Amino acid sequence: MRRTRRDRLVGLALLTPALLFVLAFTAIPLIGMGWISLNNWTLISPPKFVGLANFERAFNDDQFWVSLTYSLQYTILITPILMIGGYLIALLTTSNTVLRRTTRTIVFIPVVIGLGVSSLLWYWLFSVEYGFVNRLLLDLGLISEPVIWLGVDANTSTWAIIASVTWKVIGFGVILFVGAIQAIPAEIDEAAMVDGASTWQRTRRITVPLTRPTILLVTLVSIIGSLLAFDQFYIMTAGQPLNQTATSVFYVYLNSFPYLKLGYGAALSLILAVIVLGVTIGQLILTRRGRA
Amino acid sequence: MSASVVPARSADVGRVRGWFARAWTGRNRYLTAAVCVVLCTVMLLPIVLSVLASVKTTAEAAATPPTYFPSSLSLDSYERLWDYQQGLPTYLFNSFGTAMITIAITLALTIPAGYALARFPIPSKEILFLFLLLALIIPYQALLTPMFLMFAGLKLTNSLLGLAIVHATIQFPFSLYVMRNNFEAVPRELEEAAVMDGGGPMQILINVFLPALTPAIVTVALFAFITSWNEFLGAIVMMSKESAYTLPVILATARTETSLGGTDWGMLQAGVTISIIPCIVVYLLLQKYYVSGLLTGAVK
Repeated sequence: MRRTRRDRLVGLALLTPALLFVLAFTAIPLIGMGWISLNNWTLISPPKFVGLANFERAFNDDQFWVSLTYSLQYTILITPILMIGGYLIALLTTSNTVLRRTTRTIVFIPVVIGLGVSSLLWYWLFSVEYGFVNRLLLDLGLISEPVIWLGVDANTSTWAIIASVTWKVIGFGVILFVGAIQAIPAEIDEAAMVDGASTWQRTRRITVPLTRPTILLVTLVSIIGSLLAFDQFYIMTAGQPLNQTATSVFYVYLNSFPYLKLGYGAALSLILAVIVLGVTIGQLILTRRGRA
Repeated sequence: MSASVVPARSADVGRVRGWFARAWTGRNRYLTAAVCVVLCTVMLLPIVLSVLASVKTTAEAAATPPTYFPSSLSLDSYERLWDYQQGLPTYLFNSFGTAMITIAITLALTIPAGYALARFPIPSKEILFLFLLLALIIPYQALLTPMFLMFAGLKLTNSLLGLAIVHATIQFPFSLYVMRNNFEAVPRELEEAAVMDGGGPMQILINVFLPALTPAIVTVALFAFITSWNEFLGAIVMMSKESAYTLPVILATARTETSLGGTDWGMLQAGVTISIIPCIVVYLLLQKYYVSGLLTGAVK
């Protein structure tokens, strides 16, 4: 009895620093954000309580809707590429031969590079006169004159950014998929093979269903990451042309920091957080259903 | 689940056994090998081009159209980067310093917390655990404004410690998750022997758990390093003085600031190369832990 009580105290003591940390740097800022969102505040003048006016303003703010729609559009475009591409690469490289293992290692390398740095790298590769994308495409005869990839045409910019982000993050899904595929008991696959199932059938009926939880997890991570995309847009297009490629986090950043509309920025952040939370919950429900 | 493993009807087999199956196995082994080689090339090419561009002479780095291979080697770009604004050593120090403090905070918090969650009878433990994972459901981008205001009051802006706290906040839920899973995976027998010998919780933690947890500690430290070394938005928000910039921030700034007189591409690629190298070296050296730790943390 005494032992249990002592254990409880020791356990709580061990947990306390972590609890205080989360309280101070996550919970309190969250509450602070809620409060700021109810005020008009520019740092220069003291905060003025305005109730829900910031939220009302957000709903009538065209640029906010443009940014939100753009983030959604970007997410819808890039997620299937990352998922299907990542899964195909995983299928291709699952067996442990030297070549495939090396391929896996190499595909993962860009994942450990920062998104900011990789965006700078791709900004250079896509530059009109100095970039290798144009050089290579010209040399291959695929284009007849240099293409302006970034910042002039919204569509071209989006696809250029999607290409660079795919390069940067696809390995993340690949590693998790390979782990999940390798965890499938070999007997199941062998039994199906004995029964004469083709590779395609085994992939569709065994591999994919058995790796479903991982597929859902990677989808969730990709969707959230894409909805909250910032670095690549800040660096590669800076929202150009005409803020058409300003993502929602970019717009929140613009309002909060350069413009110092702190209250409005906080309200926009809260709206974003609720959207992300909604996606997460939806995904959790899907995962549960899959298990039942 | 068993429904999906029903053996294929023989009619399907003939129909689907087409190019796809052949491409995957047996005869067309060469095709898959070729695809692997192409993939590797595509993944490595941007990095290789950047490294090559960083050792071109100043004139060649600014050539249009760009040359694939440097005609002569030169460290000019690195020299310019070394002296850029406050000088590269300052920015390297800031980035490394922040990363090290981030690792220290993350480990100092998640090792005891993981231990407590895995092995101690704490009241309403799962609720506390969910509270600790709070940062998972709120994008940290959204918390930056209140954190910035709080840190401005505490004199933690333009401070490595302040930025490290932001990075530790980002990294905390994942690290705690990995730690808890790994503590739980340590066999009970190991610690029972130590309890018999009269060891207290701290001795058990140090003598029994820490050696068994090396992979988890390496994984958590590595991810903390990579997150902190590369993080961008938090750094531009928290660090307003140029002397406090981290490497990614000064590079992004260099891109904009030199763009008037023509962006200094050579210097930029030297910076990209320097930023990339520590991450790749660390990843390749510790790949075993890194990948297995990621899998224990995520696939479980």
